[in-house]
Amino acid sequence: MKPKGWKDLAPGAVVLEGGSAVNFKTGSWRAFRPVWKEENCIQCLFCWLYCPDMAIKVKDGKRAEFDYDFCKGCGICALECPGKKGKKAIEMVEEGK
Amino acid sequence: MATGLTLKELSKKEDRLTHGHRMCSGCGAPTVVKMVLLATDYPVIASNATGCLEVSTCISEYTAWKIPWIHTAFENAAATLSGVETMYRSLKKRGMIDKEIKFIAFGGDGGTYDIGLQSLSGAMERGHDMIYICYDNGAYMNTGIQRSSATPLGADTTTCPAGSVIPGKLRSRKDLTKIMAAHNIPYAAQASPSHWMDLMKKVKKAHEIKGPKFMNILSPCNRGWRSKTNDSITLSKLAVNSCYWPLYEIEDGVTKITYTPKEKVPVAEFMKPQGRFKHLFAPENEWLLKAVQEEVDKEWEKLQKEAKCG
Repeated sequence: MKPKGWKDLAPGAVVLEGGSAVNFKTGSWRAFRPVWKEENCIQCLFCWLYCPDMAIKVKDGKRAEFDYDFCKGCGICALECPGKKGKKAIEMVEEGK
Repeated sequence: MATGLTLKELSKKEDRLTHGHRMCSGCGAPTVVKMVLLATDYPVIASNATGCLEVSTCISEYTAWKIPWIHTAFENAAATLSGVETMYRSLKKRGMIDKEIKFIAFGGDGGTYDIGLQSLSGAMERGHDMIYICYDNGAYMNTGIQRSSATPLGADTTTCPAGSVIPGKLRSRKDLTKIMAAHNIPYAAQASPSHWMDLMKKVKKAHEIKGPKFMNILSPCNRGWRSKTNDSITLSKLAVNSCYWPLYEIEDGVTKITYTPKEKVPVAEFMKPQGRFKHLFAPENEWLLKAVQEEVDKEWEKLQKEAKCG
């Protein structure tokens, strides 16, 4: 077999477009899963603002579901959630339970 | 089009730092970058000094940035960006570009306070039209929590480990915001992600000022601070409310405190949840905890005096 030269190798480590990290899922890092309880949500959007992983979706200014493909389960959203009448709208639940 | 500073409006903007980045769970830095970019209503070009933010947002073919972004070495984020900014001015003068573009350099405290200080100082002195943003987590977290000149007094790091010989770092942190202001630049400010409105207002203001701007933003690191993954916002709030990290700006030499805590809490409340200060709560290190509090009080008083003088 004829040995391959460098020109025959498939190109690698080339960034072809901005924001390509969306193809790399970080959700598997999670040990605790945040669960959204819509009935206690006052739509303050603090969870969206403070999420370091851009894993909380907002549609037309309204909070939508978590993006579990990317949420690393840090729990900042649950801690900062003001909730309604003392009841939090986000609760952390252990994965696999 | 300028966006108002309401979360509802801001949430409609595109993420210019996307998910899928590999910063640690609960890291403060992506939140800082997110807030800075949300407050930027212009096309923007960024440079990024080596550090956590740089290595974990661009790995192999994956990049989390949706803006033109240059990875620079540890020491030259400001120098690289000043070159890009100069090229932009030249192209604009020759009529080859007409867009209004803004320039932001990001660096951690290691790349800003220590290794990148001379290139930053140079870029500020030459007067390039850019914002340098330091996300300050108080040590070289990326390489394994080595002390930097931003590490606070008494903190335990791997190169100033607390034990029977020394009780953590014995030197105070360098006041970089004041050092940058001493370059007589038009704008230098300190901000915290817990006070997002204050942070974003400062970024917006900085973009409208021509010339070199510097912002020092607190960025909690739960790995290096030995705290929980969920407390980056809580801790930055305590840092502000204890006046360990006062929020102020220096515009054309005039100091203005942008947020005064309603009740100044003891700095121990900020330090207690952090493992890097655990040893300071042992009886033999009581003197050091007292020294930290005295230092915070002294700096806060000094700042208030400066703000009064204008």
